Amino acid sequence: MRRPDQAPETVFALSTGAGRAALAVIRLSGPEVETALAHLGVDKLPAPRQAAVRKLYDPEGGALLDEALVLRFVAPHSFTGEDMAELHVHGGLAVTQSILAALAKLEICTPAEAGEFTRRAVLNAKMDLTGAEAIADLIDAEGGAQQAQALRQMSGSLRQLMESWRETLKTTLAHVEADIEFADEDLPGGLGQRALEGVPELAAAMQAHLQDTRGLALRDGLRVALLGAPNAGKSSILNRLSGKDAAIVSARAGTTRDVIEVAMVLGGVPVTLVDTAGLREAGDDIEREGVRRAKLEAEAADIRLLVLSPDTRAPQGEVEATQAADLVICNKADLGAVPAAELGSFAGGDTLSLSTLTGEGETALLAALQGLVTQRTGAKEAPVLTRERHRQALSEACTALERALAIADTGLELAAEDLRLAQRALGRITGAVDIEQLLDIVFADFCIGK
Amino acid sequence: MHENNWDVIVIGGGHAGCEAAAAAARFGARTLLVTHKLETIGEMSCNPAIGGVGKGHLVREIDALDGLMGRVADQAGIQFRLLNRRKGPAVHGPRTQADRKLYREAMQAAMQETENLSLLGQPVDDVLVEAGRACGVVTQDGETHRAASVVLTTGTFLDGIIHIGTERVPAGRHGEAPAITLSKRLYALAEQTGALTMGRMKTGTPARLDGRTIATEKLEAQPADEAPVPFSFLTEKIIVPQTVCYITHTNQATFDIIEENILQSPVYSGQIAGVGPRYCPAIEDKVARFPERKSHQIFLEPEGLDDPTVYPNGISTSLPAELQDRFIRTIVGLEEVKIIRPGYAIEYDYVDPKALLPSLELKALPGLYLAGQINGTTGYEEAAGQGLVAGLNAARAAAGEAAVYFDRAEAYLGVMIDDLVTKGVSEPYRMFTARAEYRLSLRADNADQRLTEKGIAAGIVGPRRAKAFRAKMAVLTAARTKAASWTMTPNEAGAKGMHIRADGLRRTMSELLAYPSIDWKDLQAVWPEMGDWSREIRQQIETDALYAGYLDRQQADIDAFRRDEALSLPSDMDYLALEGMATEVRQKLAAARPVTLGQAARMDGMTPAALTLLLHHARKNQRAPTKSSET
Repeated sequence: MRRPDQAPETVFALSTGAGRAALAVIRLSGPEVETALAHLGVDKLPAPRQAAVRKLYDPEGGALLDEALVLRFVAPHSFTGEDMAELHVHGGLAVTQSILAALAKLEICTPAEAGEFTRRAVLNAKMDLTGAEAIADLIDAEGGAQQAQALRQMSGSLRQLMESWRETLKTTLAHVEADIEFADEDLPGGLGQRALEGVPELAAAMQAHLQDTRGLALRDGLRVALLGAPNAGKSSILNRLSGKDAAIVSARAGTTRDVIEVAMVLGGVPVTLVDTAGLREAGDDIEREGVRRAKLEAEAADIRLLVLSPDTRAPQGEVEATQAADLVICNKADLGAVPAAELGSFAGGDTLSLSTLTGEGETALLAALQGLVTQRTGAKEAPVLTRERHRQALSEACTALERALAIADTGLELAAEDLRLAQRALGRITGAVDIEQLLDIVFADFCIGK
Repeated sequence: MHENNWDVIVIGGGHAGCEAAAAAARFGARTLLVTHKLETIGEMSCNPAIGGVGKGHLVREIDALDGLMGRVADQAGIQFRLLNRRKGPAVHGPRTQADRKLYREAMQAAMQETENLSLLGQPVDDVLVEAGRACGVVTQDGETHRAASVVLTTGTFLDGIIHIGTERVPAGRHGEAPAITLSKRLYALAEQTGALTMGRMKTGTPARLDGRTIATEKLEAQPADEAPVPFSFLTEKIIVPQTVCYITHTNQATFDIIEENILQSPVYSGQIAGVGPRYCPAIEDKVARFPERKSHQIFLEPEGLDDPTVYPNGISTSLPAELQDRFIRTIVGLEEVKIIRPGYAIEYDYVDPKALLPSLELKALPGLYLAGQINGTTGYEEAAGQGLVAGLNAARAAAGEAAVYFDRAEAYLGVMIDDLVTKGVSEPYRMFTARAEYRLSLRADNADQRLTEKGIAAGIVGPRRAKAFRAKMAVLTAARTKAASWTMTPNEAGAKGMHIRADGLRRTMSELLAYPSIDWKDLQAVWPEMGDWSREIRQQIETDALYAGYLDRQQADIDAFRRDEALSLPSDMDYLALEGMATEVRQKLAAARPVTLGQAARMDGMTPAALTLLLHHARKNQRAPTKSSET
């Protein structure tokens, strides 16, 4: 932290992308926002939440920097919960740089660190952790499906689910506690045990969410591995797929190692297509290393496409890596069909015939691939877990509930202890937890985009 | 400067006052207890019982710190019952009916025997204040008594008013005058400093019945435990004869009488404004709040072995006497009952306990400590626990020593006091085990292991207990060492008829004991020495084994909790000048003046941002510890 003995400073940052544009937005947040505006020559402050055009001047020398639209928000009614201002300036490099430089020269404010505005919003209890995560996800979203998922989470779907589970647990726990505390009063007998009767259903609902990995898969995107013998045509397939209009190649650079990656968006989901080294008995050390990596890729991939062709031998020796293929592509259909004997052990999955030369089967391939992607990521309206952090906490809650049921006969107080643990684990997802844990999360593990 | 006659003066001779005076005297302070009547020292004003779930835990803690309540209850208990026997040891609640006379006599004897302690029977009219400090009291006879510290334990006496129907009688207890001048004094202080909020609470008590007129043959009897479990770690055996309680119930006829006449109850006529406890509601409240329930359980509790008075627990009321008589006679077994005196509600002043430091010293008036019902609590055990802490700290302050605090991870005393001073009260506060975050560690059975050493260091544990404790710990530690060092493989265990997962891992005796399928006898066959261990040691080893997994998990939480508690906030911090914090939060902090970051975090309405800022101050403070920071 910058100045540990001081109140939070006023921070500023360019909130729009760098580079030439019609507009750029600079945001300020903190106690000295008004002073900072005054230094920029805004002597007549616009009314809160009302846009007004103001001239901005360099505090040193008084040169005119820009004519900007100035918006002001007064604490606590702002995104961060602090006083805030937005300067909508012209998007040229000189304009934005000169205003940022002017602000940097003021002693009362400093440039914001990454994620600072959202961090302040969380610290000022303007949003919970899932809300903050959703904002980061929304900014990072590359496809429509990711965007929709982030928006659902931002609107509180995950928070509401966690809170409703916590409510249920609270009631259960209250009954168990009543059984413990009021041993001597005429409460209905077996109150605690009866309260626990609802727990299996709750645990099952949690399990269902834990087993549904689609939210995580959608947030992280999918890896699709192309497997097959050398010269089966994997690279051509990769090139054809990435060249198609339907598969928009993203700006993310592919890494070229022994595997070649191409990133694209399929059905609103970011997908990384990976071309592996050919699977076969390798000759020299380098080839062996390539094959080893290909196998690792195959294991790590979410979707495996096996490429066969009439003029190459199927990689029979690599059955374990390829048997789990989600789709078998019989390439080079222009040369004829892949012999049934070659296809033999792979016939379990869907099979599709393709010619990268004539374009035959390409539309079908794309459709099949999109089907596979949707199957793995297409959660409907239900709130889903989107981060590993969510999964871990929920899994902890679930384990605690199962333990509570198992231990209740030994000691109701132990079941109560597990219910408390479960409640706390759920609380960790939204950030409704003890302060030391929240601070730990916020300051150690939690880093989000601006 | 006047020379002090006393180090500590305690006002009040109830459960809080007795423990406060005795604790101060044990510390070595020249202590004076002033109460309006010496004969009522140790009186049980309400129900004749000590302990329960949570409350029994408090009694054990008081005992672990060499307080009186446990020892006295052991000499007066006439129906010992361990509550929650079928649940685990963490929630076992030791409880007993107490013979009112035996209790009072034993308490008075214990007070007489206490060195450094003098008793004075005089009503107190005023607390002396000089240079912003409490420095003594003025009694009704006009005498001034000076002391370095004063502990105020007013119970229900502070401007107490008894209500029976429309009748209103100023009284602190049945037939005893209230403390009116003291009340005025506190209200004046509240006005003067603005740092004190006063309020009214109410509680109630049922009619007392003549047991000789109860048809007990119609009723279910509830016997005492066959082997009474004493409160005190020093009591070997309960020798008071044990008796029975009887159980009966209200019915439709009872319900009808109360419902028809509910407006004659001062609580419902608007005559009483004070807040009553939800935990022991008047029968009028039960009728009004649960109209579908006609039958409520009543325990008929004997007030003494040679006293025919019976306390009907469950029908506290402030209806007019004539109506009390009518509705009580509708109850099975009580058809011909003779009422000795009617029940009543009592209203009294309390001080919002947020005005206190965790030492129970009033922030606005150094030198004055408050304990018991004046802090908005209910119950003898809660009062006694606060009394002990207030007396200890009053004595330490008089000797120039730093206050001793108990934290939430080591004692129910800590949980209670932290709840009071941090969150305040909205109704009379009663202890529950659910209030403790670390319930599995805060057990009645290990109160001595948690607290006696600390009590020795604090200077309030006498040599007899210290010696007994250390002797017990030597044996227990040796047994624990063995339980952790004796090991067996699954194969070896299998050969002895104990079947566990064959993973080749050696397990300790304690780990084996944790298996539901393995019991003490199985293990004793392997390690015969276990047969030599006393019942007490055996229970500890069994409890250790039962809770080991949970306690290990809890330790990380306790460590985190202690980290925040270790971050003390400067006592002179100018909260109003803290930048970047909402005004409302600043004002809250300025009023509360939390002692640690942990305490601040538990205050209502704190944002993480405010705490982050405080964290920085706390860290700064930790680097340069001030004299006021705690051990």
